[in-house]
Amino acid sequence: MSKKLDSKVPSGDLQEKWTKHRFDMKLVNPANKRKFNVIVVGTGLGGASAAASMAEMGYNVMSFCIQDSPRRAHSIAAQGGINAAKNYPNDGDSVWRLFYDTIKGGDYRSREANVHRLAEVSTSIIDQCVAQGVPFARDYGGYLANRSFGGAQVSRTFYARGQTGQQLLIGAYQSMMRQVDKGNITMFSRREMLDLVVVDGKARGITCRNLVTGEIEQYAADAVVMATGGYGNVFYLSTNAKNSNVTAAFRCHKKGAYFANPCFTQIHPTCIPVSGDYQSKLTLMSESLRNDGRVWVPKEKGDKRHPNEIPESERDYYLERIYPSFGNLVPRDVASRQAKFRVDEGRGVGETGVAVYLDFKDAIQRLGKDAVSERYGNLFEMYEKITGDNPYEVPMRIYPAVHYTMGGLWVDYNLMSNLPGLHVIGEANFSDHGANRLGASALMQGLADGYFVLPYTIGNYLASTELNKVDTNHEEFKSSREEVTSRLDKILGVKGNKTVDEFHRELGKIMWEYVGMSRSEEGLKKALEIIPKLREEFWNNLSVPGEQNYKNSELEKAGRVADFLELGELMAKDALDRNESCGGHFREEYQTPENEATRDDENYCYVAAWERKENSGKPDWELHKEELTFENVKLATRSYK
Amino acid sequence: MAGSSKQTLKLNLKIWRQEGPNEKGHFMEHKAEDISPDMSFLEMIDVVNQQLIKKGERPIEFDHDCREGICGMCSMVINGNPHGPEKATTTCQLHMRKFKDGDSIVIEPFRAKAFPVVRDLVVDRSSFDRVIESGGYISVNTGNAQDANTLPVRKENADLAFEAATCIGCGACVAACKNASASLFVSAKLAHLNLLPQGQVEAEDRVLNMVAQMDEEGFGACTNTGACSAACPKEIKLENIAKMNSSYAKAKMKSRS
Repeated sequence: MSKKLDSKVPSGDLQEKWTKHRFDMKLVNPANKRKFNVIVVGTGLGGASAAASMAEMGYNVMSFCIQDSPRRAHSIAAQGGINAAKNYPNDGDSVWRLFYDTIKGGDYRSREANVHRLAEVSTSIIDQCVAQGVPFARDYGGYLANRSFGGAQVSRTFYARGQTGQQLLIGAYQSMMRQVDKGNITMFSRREMLDLVVVDGKARGITCRNLVTGEIEQYAADAVVMATGGYGNVFYLSTNAKNSNVTAAFRCHKKGAYFANPCFTQIHPTCIPVSGDYQSKLTLMSESLRNDGRVWVPKEKGDKRHPNEIPESERDYYLERIYPSFGNLVPRDVASRQAKFRVDEGRGVGETGVAVYLDFKDAIQRLGKDAVSERYGNLFEMYEKITGDNPYEVPMRIYPAVHYTMGGLWVDYNLMSNLPGLHVIGEANFSDHGANRLGASALMQGLADGYFVLPYTIGNYLASTELNKVDTNHEEFKSSREEVTSRLDKILGVKGNKTVDEFHRELGKIMWEYVGMSRSEEGLKKALEIIPKLREEFWNNLSVPGEQNYKNSELEKAGRVADFLELGELMAKDALDRNESCGGHFREEYQTPENEATRDDENYCYVAAWERKENSGKPDWELHKEELTFENVKLATRSYK
Repeated sequence: MAGSSKQTLKLNLKIWRQEGPNEKGHFMEHKAEDISPDMSFLEMIDVVNQQLIKKGERPIEFDHDCREGICGMCSMVINGNPHGPEKATTTCQLHMRKFKDGDSIVIEPFRAKAFPVVRDLVVDRSSFDRVIESGGYISVNTGNAQDANTLPVRKENADLAFEAATCIGCGACVAACKNASASLFVSAKLAHLNLLPQGQVEAEDRVLNMVAQMDEEGFGACTNTGACSAACPKEIKLENIAKMNSSYAKAKMKSRS
């Protein structure tokens, strides 16, 4: 039976909700805070900022990460910037405008109250980061510089060259290490969370594997925070780091936490294309390149000539042809899909035929090489390092790649999942970006959750909940340990013939083909048929060498791929359920003759929150809906014509 | 070049293998075939690992994560150079087209007393975290901050602080140094924070504490060879060490008076 989900959004005017809620929430007495233990899994922008802030407040924090140091979390790779409604450029920005842009950008599939709160606290993030010494770009007067980003009509993006994520993460990491020094945070690096421990219906601890010794370790706490990032690596190839995975979140899902909107994935149009079967990850090239580059493919199928030998009359500048008014600057999803259509037609370029050209010849003629170099020099260099081609002389080859996942564990306004005590922040939750995330908003959300939202809301939970003393000798810890150990045994015991990477690549191909940029009922049904078969083969023919009791990367990867094999099925199921096109979710059946997405607000204006079930030993899911209501913003069709 | 098909490489690899921190290590020889020049160095190791697993052998353990040159997780000494022979390049951004067919490549872990080997090419760099813990931060609690623009920073200082802050904490500087000194890493953090007005209050304690922790972790002394800066994938400048030494001397004098 479908349950009604309570988002716990406070009553009152949108602008007053967060202020009112902060007053209404119960507080933990300063002297009592040290009596509470909080586990934070993940040390990216969300996890590091949450751990540091809660430790400063006086809580006992245990922090976990899979890398060798908390500073390496994948937030570090974010390039562009971080949005905040500071209105320093005096160009008409406001909290309301940032709120409105984010709701609209998310194609009206996010929760108004959460998004407004995000816009409200955005300004404090910049203050906090500057105080920590984050070296944002500045003008000659010494004041902070801003730039525009992703189609916004105001300049609200703060940046540190192309390394904004790195600088923000180092700021949060340093604040965290300060608390480690003070003894308020205990840091556990090279640990992988493999299970959530639930006692009396509440999240009370985790079971993890020490990745150096292989030992299974358990930790008990009064609340658990998941800050474990997104699940883009279900596609095998994505812009995510190699260690990014869904396992920690999925273990929570298996213990009862609902997974919301799993099919909302963002595909970025300008990435360096795959060059061969050995490819291990994809590298993003800033979207700004489309300001001056022209996208084209040959008019003829299978034209294998060198691009410089193909005359103008035999080139198809297809974005300019199909979208004469927006041309090469159409939104991300449109640019991505059109590239896929060209490749499907057999007009893709390069050795693999899975790429399109992004050509700067005209820009160089018009502006001169120096001007182009000034704008894009570092990107051209990076491109040359990876591909060996010089983009000043040969057109770049680009292709879309999976970049960010808007879906995640379901949370209420307090960032708590349906499982009491389990809080979820940053990319790991679903709440703020709807069906599509705007550029420079991921960093904003991670830090908003960690610095300014969770530290308050978790206090309310701890102050208003009866929490019995629980330690790792509890029965639930014992059974969790047994479950984790037997799963590792099972993985090592298959002793088949295919490696983890072979399975992961195969899953990635299925996901990309049928649950990628463009989805259809037929394709999704096919995916739902073949993913379980691949999963069955995985458990019968997997080859993982070595043992449990030392560093064993293949064993680590195998556990993650096992979870991706279930998540992939859930994503296809969610995409099939959503009979509309919105944001990053494009269903071929629901489009206008001009290939624009057709949203169905009457029937699909809801958050799809999936509860995991078992059906005769196989995974199954039940759908719960959180209806979305828009009281402050009028639903409209996005248009780029 | 787009559209042309490329010749693959055959390589003679000598790779360091070590079961654990207290075990004796050795070099394993491996002939790698069908290596595409478009592969990154880590993708080449991926391919070798797949071959080892298929042969029933233990794959090589190595650290890696973002594979786009920013997380600082990948390490390896390649033919004597931390992160390989290319200037300003991490191992993950090094591509096989920089090698020739038939080349011999020696691959070792970063070697330093303060970076003990965990397994094969994986080392423990938690000493760096402890150095940051000792003072590599500005003590400002969440919520304490004033409006960001009330504190203008001279652009020149902001740019220099930024340059120092681009350090990715990989440890190549330590691996390159004959004394295994961490001076470049520590001085980059000191330059980043001490060049900013926000960092002034704690500047003296910061340099004393971080240098003390660096020594305690077993990193060696700096003898100004500049090998660290030459190996640094982010080209952190040697002058940061000079700044550190000067501010250390001043702070030390002051703390004694």
